[in-house]
Amino acid sequence: MDLGIDVDDSRTSTPHVVVAVRGEVDIATAPKLREKLVELASQGAQQVVVDLDQVDFLDSTGLGVLIGGMKRLRGLDGDLTLVCTSPRILKVFEITGLNRAFTIFDSVDAAVAG
Amino acid sequence: MPGPRSADGAGDTDTILSLEIPPRAEFVAVARLLVSTAAKSRRSLAEDRVADLTLALSEACTNAIEAHDAKDEADRVLVRVDEDDERLVVTVEDRGLGFDPFELPPHPAVTDPDRLNFERGLGIPIIRTLVDEVTFSSDGGGTTVTMVVRCPPSLGGLPAEDLLDLETFDLEAAWDDEATR
Repeated sequence: MDLGIDVDDSRTSTPHVVVAVRGEVDIATAPKLREKLVELASQGAQQVVVDLDQVDFLDSTGLGVLIGGMKRLRGLDGDLTLVCTSPRILKVFEITGLNRAFTIFDSVDAAVAG
Repeated sequence: MPGPRSADGAGDTDTILSLEIPPRAEFVAVARLLVSTAAKSRRSLAEDRVADLTLALSEACTNAIEAHDAKDEADRVLVRVDEDDERLVVTVEDRGLGFDPFELPPHPAVTDPDRLNFERGLGIPIIRTLVDEVTFSSDGGGTTVTMVVRCPPSLGGLPAEDLLDLETFDLEAAWDDEATR
């Protein structure tokens, strides 16, 4: 029940780093995502796209990590945006009102196009 | 197994699942798996309502485990699923430090930039949104969260005797299963 995290920073035409997350984001696995986002920010990444399309479950612990990452990056004149099309995961953002705090795209291509 | 008296004192309830988990983060996924399986097999519940219940349970277990962290003790968190003719009742009971859910600071409106200061504390609003009823009772000896989903029993569900295994579910084996997935 590990959380998969793949980082793609190979794009040269845009400054975006894409972080693809797979599995369940909860109290057990969210720290791994937090560490990755902190690491990327400390390495100078500014525009981070977190792709949640392969995420099966996300609770408030995961939301907290994403909010923390977004605040950190916005503080560095960057941003953290999301890719999510799963109704179940989108619902978590909707019921907390966070769909209005995050920019949520329906594909990685749309997210990196900004 | 005879169940506890229902929250409103009416009707007989049966306990269909009862488990104790160590107050450790990695066991929340096991609780989600078992409770969602019990709900799906016993009740007529649409998939999205099972997902809602699973998320609410995860939030309650997360709070329970964090309460134990704060108290630094090795007690167990009790997760129980009871049912009657009209309701599924999921209870999460911890022995951590209690809290008063009514004392939680209100969340700013979603348009308020201060909203983003609330990285934590989203769990209880999520529970309140997703289940039909929720009660919190808390004192210095721990917190009990009781979540109710109104739903009829499953017509095509497994007979009760087939579910007895769940009550003696081998948590360690389930955990090994999860870990090797």
